Amino acid sequence: MRALTGHRATWPLLALVVILIVDGIIAPGFFAIRIVEGRLFGTPIDILYRAMPIALIALGMAVVIGSKGIDLSVGSIVAVVGATIAWRIKAGDPHFVILLTALAVGILCGMWNGFLVAVLNIQPIIATLILMVSGRGIGLMINLIYGGTDPSFESPLLQGLSVGSIGYVPTRLILFAGLFVALWLLIRRTALGLFIESVGGNAAAANLAGINARLITFSVYVISGLCTAWAGIILTADVHTSDPVSVALFSELDAILAVVIGGGSLAGGRIYLGMTLLGALVIQTLATSILMSGLPPEYNLLVKAVVVLFVLLLQSNNARDAVFTLFRRRKG
Amino acid sequence: MGETGVTDSSTLRIEMRGVSKTFPGVRALEKVDLQLKAGEVHALLGENGAGKSTLIKIMTGALPRDEGEIRLDGHPVEINTTADAQALGISTVYQEVNLVPTLTVTKNLTLERQPRRFGLISWGRARALAKQRLKRLNLEIDTERLLGSYPVAIQQLVAIARALEDDTRVLVLDEPTASLDANETELLFKIMRDLKSLGIAIVFITHFIDQVYQVADRISVLRNGRMVGTAPAAELPRLELISMMIGRELAAVEARLATSKSEAGGEPVLAAVGLGRRRTMTPFDIALRAGEVVGLAGLLGSGRTETAKLLFGAIRPDSGQLKVDGKAVKRFSPGHSLRYGILFCPEDRKAEGLVGELTVRENIMLGLQAKRGWMRRVWKDEQKRLTQEMIEALAIATPDAEKPVGQLSGGNQQKVVLARSLVAKPKVLLLDEPTRGIDVGAHAEVVALIRRLCAEGLALLVASSELDELVAVSDRVAVLRDRRKVEEMSGADITRENIIHTIAGG
Amino acid sequence: MKERYLPLAATVTVFVALFVTGGIFYKHFFSTLVLGHILADNAFIIIAAIGTTFVILSGGIDLSIGSMIGFVGVTMAHLDSLGWHPLASAVVLLAFGVLFGACQGFIIDFCGIQAFIVTLAGLFMLRGACFMVSLDSVPIRHPFVGVFADVSIPLPDGGFLASSAIVMLVVLVIAIVIAHFTRFGTNVYAIGGDRTSAILMGVPIRRTTVMIYALGGFYSALGGVIYALYTSSGYPLAGTGNELNAIAAVVLGGTLLTGGVGMVAGTLFGGMILGLIATLIIFNGSLNGAWIMIASGVLLFLFIVVQRSLVGSFNIRRSA
Repeated sequence: MRALTGHRATWPLLALVVILIVDGIIAPGFFAIRIVEGRLFGTPIDILYRAMPIALIALGMAVVIGSKGIDLSVGSIVAVVGATIAWRIKAGDPHFVILLTALAVGILCGMWNGFLVAVLNIQPIIATLILMVSGRGIGLMINLIYGGTDPSFESPLLQGLSVGSIGYVPTRLILFAGLFVALWLLIRRTALGLFIESVGGNAAAANLAGINARLITFSVYVISGLCTAWAGIILTADVHTSDPVSVALFSELDAILAVVIGGGSLAGGRIYLGMTLLGALVIQTLATSILMSGLPPEYNLLVKAVVVLFVLLLQSNNARDAVFTLFRRRKG
Repeated sequence: MGETGVTDSSTLRIEMRGVSKTFPGVRALEKVDLQLKAGEVHALLGENGAGKSTLIKIMTGALPRDEGEIRLDGHPVEINTTADAQALGISTVYQEVNLVPTLTVTKNLTLERQPRRFGLISWGRARALAKQRLKRLNLEIDTERLLGSYPVAIQQLVAIARALEDDTRVLVLDEPTASLDANETELLFKIMRDLKSLGIAIVFITHFIDQVYQVADRISVLRNGRMVGTAPAAELPRLELISMMIGRELAAVEARLATSKSEAGGEPVLAAVGLGRRRTMTPFDIALRAGEVVGLAGLLGSGRTETAKLLFGAIRPDSGQLKVDGKAVKRFSPGHSLRYGILFCPEDRKAEGLVGELTVRENIMLGLQAKRGWMRRVWKDEQKRLTQEMIEALAIATPDAEKPVGQLSGGNQQKVVLARSLVAKPKVLLLDEPTRGIDVGAHAEVVALIRRLCAEGLALLVASSELDELVAVSDRVAVLRDRRKVEEMSGADITRENIIHTIAGG
Repeated sequence: MKERYLPLAATVTVFVALFVTGGIFYKHFFSTLVLGHILADNAFIIIAAIGTTFVILSGGIDLSIGSMIGFVGVTMAHLDSLGWHPLASAVVLLAFGVLFGACQGFIIDFCGIQAFIVTLAGLFMLRGACFMVSLDSVPIRHPFVGVFADVSIPLPDGGFLASSAIVMLVVLVIAIVIAHFTRFGTNVYAIGGDRTSAILMGVPIRRTTVMIYALGGFYSALGGVIYALYTSSGYPLAGTGNELNAIAAVVLGGTLLTGGVGMVAGTLFGGMILGLIATLIIFNGSLNGAWIMIASGVLLFLFIVVQRSLVGSFNIRRSA
């Protein structure tokens, strides 16, 4: 089992290390971490800092994918959460209540997805497509409630959670660590993980074994909704405005990529939380590296695609064999 | 059929010599010889893992062989792909119907061979071709309906119709009768006899020994990757055949079967009163008592599985009552049944029984864990201990508890399903076809296990299509016909003849 | 037998109902003029969706459509500024679309990677390539654009069929022939219906998979060409999110996302329904873009639920 874990982590870790080494060579001082104005600064911290929203979404996605599902609506959930925050702040709610409201909105969106998948038995990719298509529209509608002219806001509490720091460490990192541990405990220290994986592996068998497959399926989307809502709070507070059209664009794709780079199979049956975090870090390290290398940020997409393909090709036996044979033939 | 059809029936149609195949860690075939004559039905028998399917896959080009040669009508041939085999007239119908249910019968029959005009398919001619193919099997069905709208037996025949070419010389039927009832099986046998009269060599793989004697001319037995022997069916007595297959004295098997009947008595643990569901199962009464085995007999489609699933709550009843220890059950679901101590082992292990990617340990823990709920996780040490206990108690052959269960053999998978239920400490155990698709050795072990569990005070329900098994284990037998319980017999009344008579509607 | 046509009938019914509803509420809505405009405006997305229909029928998915539309458009505009004739660049770009799709198909089959992920990489790659070609909107100034815009077939009652709609209808007919009258087409349905069986029945999986995605690439590239000619410009962000519209059009057209069941012709109506909703919302001046998204979502939801119950009545049983 330990050997297997090692094997699984090998390629993503290698990818991360290679990118970091290249960065170290290109940009001297890449790894330097210093303390400015009482908080940690430096590229590695920056990478962690920026990776948090996608990492959060990806954790929820990993759980959903473990159940053989997929959640395409995460970007839209972020939009709805952001619009709700802006709306309630304009409405004058206490900010702590707004925080809870935002999380509740995420859970509500998750429940909607869970209802479609678990109760109406719609395939996950289609079920979550519905919210994906309409969610950003709902966000725009919410902005219209108070006129929609100026969705920007100030909130010391929410911004503190997003861009503030406790001691030397950015708050969002601490909160992420807390959520990660909580989720890990929920998945691995209760039987929920086993139940989700059995439903993902064979829902009919899990059901006949006495597991309430429907409830389990429902719950994974709620977990995803909650994780995404948290990412939505961070993203919205970061720019302190609601922008339903472009906030977290492509985040569903990045989150799925993080899970896949971390070795998760879209066919379901296994949840790898730690590996998913690693996957999210690979994606963000790449983005930061491109930014630092002076290339326009638009190249990010291209490089991301190449790296993703590369990681996947490495994971594919067929492709590895082909390269191996070619290599041998050259030598021989 | 062309000139190949009029060969003398004693001619060797296909000859495999010294065929070997090794998979990582397993010697699947060891210098196996197999000879098929033109115009014979040749039964290929062996326990699970004996190498039947490997041998067939090599013959049909689905697997490459490590060594050995294949001769067809006396000439050495190279078969490296399934296309090679098809070009040589070797056709296969696999165990699971391998057609596309969302396509029409015509499209299934003509896929990749549609007649074309100017590059476009002529559906009129394709339909005619499909009809013509079906006609060879005397099958008249609407070819424009979706294949999936027909019963499995028809789908199976369509699969054979597709496999049969004008120049087919060898036809391999892999467990073709596994999901057919008696009438459908007889229809298939008739077709097999017709086909062999055309000079086609038919390989018939099955584990129904009765059927072998009904239809086969010769029998070959594989064991542990080696060919044990080939003999004409008429010269091979049953006892000898079974001993060839399992390689031990049959007396031992029979002794295990002949366990004494336990005394029934006391209040029922689980009782159904007028329990039923429209179009699924006519309301029935049944009572299960501790220390007693109730058998469910009936043909395929008579409602065996439905009865078990109704008792388990996996099918929600729309009439009647289910009582556990005398108290009526209010909500029906597998989860609720589990908490009452009722467990169910499904017939189709792969689809409904096990989670293939999960390990043996995880699969075994599912039942207990589901009973305890997700909050109260069984700790790892206890999981390991319980799993190890079960592996030893049921003699599950697995290198370790962390192996994905999908990689075990059929018999061992069945034991894992049983182990999963036993770990949850059931009061009532509902077994649907506990010995389906497992080899004779494991069969005897499972039957012995059923008796042992019963002696330990469990209430058991065994639904089975094998009468001998039911007769051997049951204290009472409920006979089902057309989704209705028609008779319940006990004690000395439980005989093969009685049950058959009841099923037949006497 | 007729059960196969039920989803298509449902799609057409919804389209007609929406069209008639529009006619009841707004003057001049129920006319060939409006119909012609809907066809012309949505031609590029319907063309791309036709290619996607094959991909989805085979049980796959193609997310690279939107980026392909953007890339083709912006490259065409760039080549125009270098003096290429739009038709010449169109031919080159269509060939590129076929090649790109074929590569995606090959990777999916050869490496055994989910189509979702491979075409996602394709989405990123092509969008990145858009920005490499140009960061800004580029006009296409060649006179051919004007010629293209002028060609039309008049319809009775004052409407007309624009050139983009004509191209769309022609390639739709070709797609229908491919789907229903070639071995390739039947193989697509077979792979989507039951991949394992299709392999055993001798369907050349790799060749068919490569061809499916090549066809998808061709149609989305053609969608890009039409879009560029219709808007007479190329913009690196063009087509963003269009893969969703295309998939929605396919689903609304009655094709199951699980593959194996559906019709190419349905996609035309699926795409028209989406266009009709947008037009209805524009006719109602007080509503804005948010409503288009929400209405599409609601309709998608209703359709999927209805489709589920229809498929339930198909009685497609799997063998043991």
